[in-house]
Amino acid sequence: MRVKVAESAPTAHRARPEHRGRPPRASAPRWRSRKVRGLAYAAPTAVFVTVFFLLPLLLVGQMSLSDWPLLAGDRGVNAPENYTDITDAPLFWPAVRFTLLYTGVVTVVLLGLALLLALLVQESRPGAGFFRTVYFLPSALGLASASLLFWGLYSPTTGPLSDLLEGLGLADDEVSFLGTPTAALMSTVFLIVWKFAGFYMLILLVGLQRIPHEVYEAARMDGASRAQIFRSITLPLLRPSLALTLLLCVTGSLLAFDQFFILTKGGPDNSTVTVVQLIYREAFQRLDLGTAAALSILVLAVLLLLNALQFRGLRRADES
Amino acid sequence: MLSRALGRTPYYVVAGGLAVIFLFPLLWNTWASVGPQPGTAQESGYGLGNYRTLLDYDAGLWRYLLNSTFVSALTVALTLGVSLLGGYAFARFDFPGKNALFLLTLAILMVPYATLLIPLYVLLDRLHLQNSLIGLSLVLAMFQLPFATFMMRISFEAVPRELEESALVDGCGTAGALRRVLLPAVRPGLITVGLFAFLAAWNDFIAPLILISDSEKAPLPLAVATLRQQSMGAVDYGATEAGVVVLAVPCLLLFLLLQRHYIRGFMSGALKG
Repeated sequence: MRVKVAESAPTAHRARPEHRGRPPRASAPRWRSRKVRGLAYAAPTAVFVTVFFLLPLLLVGQMSLSDWPLLAGDRGVNAPENYTDITDAPLFWPAVRFTLLYTGVVTVVLLGLALLLALLVQESRPGAGFFRTVYFLPSALGLASASLLFWGLYSPTTGPLSDLLEGLGLADDEVSFLGTPTAALMSTVFLIVWKFAGFYMLILLVGLQRIPHEVYEAARMDGASRAQIFRSITLPLLRPSLALTLLLCVTGSLLAFDQFFILTKGGPDNSTVTVVQLIYREAFQRLDLGTAAALSILVLAVLLLLNALQFRGLRRADES
Repeated sequence: MLSRALGRTPYYVVAGGLAVIFLFPLLWNTWASVGPQPGTAQESGYGLGNYRTLLDYDAGLWRYLLNSTFVSALTVALTLGVSLLGGYAFARFDFPGKNALFLLTLAILMVPYATLLIPLYVLLDRLHLQNSLIGLSLVLAMFQLPFATFMMRISFEAVPRELEESALVDGCGTAGALRRVLLPAVRPGLITVGLFAFLAAWNDFIAPLILISDSEKAPLPLAVATLRQQSMGAVDYGATEAGVVVLAVPCLLLFLLLQRHYIRGFMSGALKG
């Protein structure tokens, strides 16, 4: 209905050629029509957000309080059973511990390397553009594609890495990259670092380029050493960008799924099951959507809390 | 700074060494997809044996490529359409609920994928859109909206108001002003949004994994991953590597082609995000 009203109004403008410059807010009909038009243009967004975001959010809340088998069956309220059941799942605490461990390792290694890359390519010298492109190239790949690629790369029979390590004398036997819990974790971390380092490098590069040259020059005039300049100028002024990469990296790692689903399938011995994988298993292997919904709500709550905390940090970093 | 500390030659050794590490997996995978490997369709010599396996696998490579192309195209179209109108509304109009709606759109970013996909699985069933590529595209477009809307809003805000006001005075409606005057002005933003939406839709794995149950309707990443899982015991690495190449080539080409747009869009998004 609203769309129709908006479409039939354009004559109003034609009748008022005298309204040049600022929109004539005093004129009531025109003003109201702009409101209606705004609503009309925003309507598709509103529909999308309501149907595919708000409604599912309400639904997941309801599901988390109900008995909700994947296939047809009883859908009565069973609150708070789904929530109390969560900790009974044998893999819950291991999955939480593993997800936190993974997040910690990825964040340290990934952000460290991304910072190194950004510092390496920040100056425009011959070849810097080429290096930027090369480091960023893996980011254009999908995470699932990259995981499949590394699955072949890590294969002890056809992958080249095992032979490479043997050839270099670093291993005497076939290397099993995904065979032990530690190896599986480190191999996945390597994949993620390869895939995302260039992406985070770019964020940090933008941050580095916003630091005015004069600041560096002044510091150099005062006789500051390179280490001093890095510690007391680059790092503090880079804080907003560092905070942003931290936020993205921590959030992304806590929600890790594709890489483990494809590369390790949670193994060996369920040692690499993440929380999101647990949600998937509850829903589509144990066919219990109710518990999966409760777990999802729990993850949402933790992330909201974490984001709120980090946003505060981000804003503080912006002010300083 | 660090680079100056290292001097010239060490710089190229470090940067070059890292470049080799970053390129190696891509190069190896491409070679492995056409090179000789025991247990694949390309046992000896070089050739396209693995790609031929992929061509005939299950519903066939063309089917999966078609599915992926359809989902990506529809997602891009939906994202562009909704965010163009939405960005225009948020940048240029005042209407009740404007800020609430904008914040709500951005809030999509805060909610984990998995939290939404479980209820969306149920909801799409009720809308008779479950196990459908259209349903999948609608969901993927929704996940693109925060970035797309934000991007289009700042694109519109960067256009001087006088430009469209003169068009309005000359007798255009707002729709006419949008089409004739504003659309060309926000084209860089649209390209960025379209590129992001394409890459996200083309590469997405978890949404089709949950929402698509029929292997006939699987997009390519899901099909390649399933190919690998179903052939347990007799693992066909060659066909998987060929699949990775087919998946990666459009992404790498598009990125190299639109590099400037990607980085620019990404910068404005990253800085204010």
